[in-house]
Amino acid sequence: MSVSLINWFKFSSPASFYPLAGRLVPWFATIFFLLLCVGLWIALMMAPTDAQQGEGYRIIFVHVPASWMSMFIYCVMAFWSAIGLAFNTRLSGMMTSALAPTGALFAFLSLWTGSLWGKPMWGAWWVWDARLTSQLILFFLYLGFIALQAAIDDPRRADKAGAILALVGVINVPIIYFSVQWWNTLHQGASVSMTKAPSMAHIMLAGMLIMALAFWAYAITMALMRVRCIILERELASEWVKRNAME
Amino acid sequence: MQWNSLNDFLHMGGYALYVWGSFGACALAMAVEPWLLGRRKQAVKERLSDKETD
Amino acid sequence: MNTFLFPLRQTLRRDLLLAIRHKTEVITALFFFVIVVNLLPLGIGPDPDLLRKIAPGALWIGALLATLLGLQRLFSPDHADGTLEQMALSPQSFTLLIAGKIWAHWVVSGLPVVLVAPVLGVQFDLPAHSLLILMVSLLLGTPVLSFIGAVGAALTLGLRGSGVLLSLLILPLYIPTLIFGAGAVEADLAGTGVQGHLSLLGALAVLSVFFAPWATTLALRIALE
Repeated sequence: MSVSLINWFKFSSPASFYPLAGRLVPWFATIFFLLLCVGLWIALMMAPTDAQQGEGYRIIFVHVPASWMSMFIYCVMAFWSAIGLAFNTRLSGMMTSALAPTGALFAFLSLWTGSLWGKPMWGAWWVWDARLTSQLILFFLYLGFIALQAAIDDPRRADKAGAILALVGVINVPIIYFSVQWWNTLHQGASVSMTKAPSMAHIMLAGMLIMALAFWAYAITMALMRVRCIILERELASEWVKRNAME
Repeated sequence: MQWNSLNDFLHMGGYALYVWGSFGACALAMAVEPWLLGRRKQAVKERLSDKETD
Repeated sequence: MNTFLFPLRQTLRRDLLLAIRHKTEVITALFFFVIVVNLLPLGIGPDPDLLRKIAPGALWIGALLATLLGLQRLFSPDHADGTLEQMALSPQSFTLLIAGKIWAHWVVSGLPVVLVAPVLGVQFDLPAHSLLILMVSLLLGTPVLSFIGAVGAALTLGLRGSGVLLSLLILPLYIPTLIFGAGAVEADLAGTGVQGHLSLLGALAVLSVFFAPWATTLALRIALE
């Protein structure tokens, strides 16, 4: 069957997306698990010791993917928000709120691992480095989004308000990043950069990419699991839930 | 293979606290989140079956 | 042009009249700004060199918080008595009506801060030229604060705990303004050029003045549904 023959809009209704998501979860969980095994093997076993940073550099194998994913997830949230506002689809709002906690978690992990990397490399748990600071602000943006949705009782209003906030946020993220960069260069230049390792061996890059893909599969798995919960919670009263969700 | 012994591996060239602190936090987070989601799902299903018995 | 901006002038005049009748709001925001900025030397110590160093940041953070104070009441009284709904249904452009309200908020809470800031700057031992730059940066930056803040005020309209929530949503978005605004004064103190900071601040002002009312009305329509 060719792709164009599938009625994509069929899956934009929560009732038909619910079982589809349920079928996809084990697949993405498997992809995650396999990539994680390969990625960890490369990160911890195969990748050579870094000349400058010793074994401590291995933190970047989780730090960089977590940072990438936290930024990527925010963009995906903005994408779903735009779809939701433009086409008034219910599922896109649910996807946005399903992605937010995982994105916030990755932002937190990025800060946590960044801080653990900074202690031996910079000699301090926290340095006002442009990347770390922007990441902190991104974390605040996630928290703001989650708090806003939690404060609104009506799910439809929560979806739309969240969509506007995510879009305003995504416009601001580059401005914030640029301003923090600007602020940072005026005050002090960070000497060691996390991603600009002088001689990034191919194997290191490969490890980082595979870990990033593993985190991506993880994020999708979590988002699908969470969107299933959200669909059930919101449609508790409807007939199809009573019929189908008890399997 | 970069390591001569398990001890070597665990020691991480003196960066054990930082490396394992990072990987451990990620592992913990990625174990807790699915667990929380499982509980959330369970809670919804319980509410659903409560409704049916009503 | 004049007829196009008519709705804007209407709500601007109305809100300013209301503000003049209830003077407390203007005075509260201003007084808050003065007090917060004056607390810093008491907490840090009276060393003039240190004070001069923290002055740009201190004054700008004071301005940020003072703006935030008035934002909670930007739409809520009109929402409570149904005026906002009338505006949304009126044949006039809702966006322009709202833009007028935001400008009124700026006149009430931003402009006084701009005018009082030099006095506080003197307390922090800022030289005359830096005082001027401080005023210019605040003049360009405080509208940004009002306009971005209006989006947050609209999103949190009528929610429980909306005040705290508003700060959580809006403060991260204020960071670029804070950086360029305080940075301009710092650059002047350090003797480097201020044009870069001020033109970026100006760009932010133009962007937010044109796009924020649009997002605000979108958020208000959702809140009114």
